[in-house]
Amino acid sequence: MAQPEVPSSSHARKHAVWPSQIHAVFKRYSINQVGYVPDTGHAQLISLCQSDNEITDVVLTSEAEGAGLVLGASLGGQRAALLMQSSGVGNCINTFSLLRNCAIPCVILVTMRGEFADFNPWQVPMGSITEPTLKLCGFLTYRVEREEDIEDVVAAGCKMAFGGGNLQVAILLAQRMVDRIKPEGH
Amino acid sequence: MFDRRPFVAGLLVERGDLLVVTGLGSSTYDVAACGDHPLNFYLWSAMGTTAMVGLGLALARPDRRVAVITGDGDTLMGLGSLATIGVKQPDNLSIVVLDNRHYSATGMQPTHTAAGIDLAGTAESCRFRRVERVTELSRAAEMRKLLHTGQGPVFIHAQVEADDQKRIMPSRDGYAISRRFMQASGK
Repeated sequence: MAQPEVPSSSHARKHAVWPSQIHAVFKRYSINQVGYVPDTGHAQLISLCQSDNEITDVVLTSEAEGAGLVLGASLGGQRAALLMQSSGVGNCINTFSLLRNCAIPCVILVTMRGEFADFNPWQVPMGSITEPTLKLCGFLTYRVEREEDIEDVVAAGCKMAFGGGNLQVAILLAQRMVDRIKPEGH
Repeated sequence: MFDRRPFVAGLLVERGDLLVVTGLGSSTYDVAACGDHPLNFYLWSAMGTTAMVGLGLALARPDRRVAVITGDGDTLMGLGSLATIGVKQPDNLSIVVLDNRHYSATGMQPTHTAAGIDLAGTAESCRFRRVERVTELSRAAEMRKLLHTGQGPVFIHAQVEADDQKRIMPSRDGYAISRRFMQASGK
């Protein structure tokens, strides 16, 4: 039976500073390829990457395509980042083996779902295992709860990945924080 | 239908600085059977992602030609990536699918192409600029030329015989083959 929609947040706003901070860090670390599946939480950052002539943005049909893209970019001398929702992490698990086996540096930004007042309870099973899953896949993980921490954490993640360690780094953006820039119902 | 080994050998003759990415299983063995090469990158895991490795590489190296040589099983597992390639339209990327209609690595069970699923038609739907359906070994030289000069994205669908040939094993050290590839390609 249909139920009336309950507004998800009374504080919803559409713009924040942190997506442009992430973009600036990408530039500082010479990230040239960004792969993503369209996502409301990453929308501003995606838009910045699309309009940047030095970044090739690649829209994927599934996050599972992402690790292959990162490996290919790396073989061609370019650094790549991936943007996805927590649900997308589950789509990638086997493909992450490429990055481990070949020691390919990579930064993944994950907007969390199913962890804080999500309107869709079906997001909870994957959202609740996203961070341990990434760790099991060999990623260093960082979690950001506050907007003022984003720039530092993304920069630290890029340094760990691209600073010679050839590590795989995932930065989880808390749903409570990301939801503030989403329109209601997303 | 024809033997896959002489076809792949024909594609790779006088290969120059062609960058080659191979799908795990038979296509890796086929390419290795032509002789190991520092500009070969062999995938040993993540079935379904070979075409995407080719795309990432082609986008990073617009100055070079990239050939993905893989099988029908790998291509079926990553069908969405054909659409992703169609959207990006890399003019330096070719995908060669050696379609034997079977999973040779696991005991020759039929793939969906054995039931008539048409990968070349899929590539056309995904806006590959050039799609070739190859049923004769005699076209290998023509296809080789396409890898080097064809306006991509190119899709070569090779209908090869369903057999399980001798496994020629190149290195499985991902770190070694990736760094060797980067150094040999000047990155």
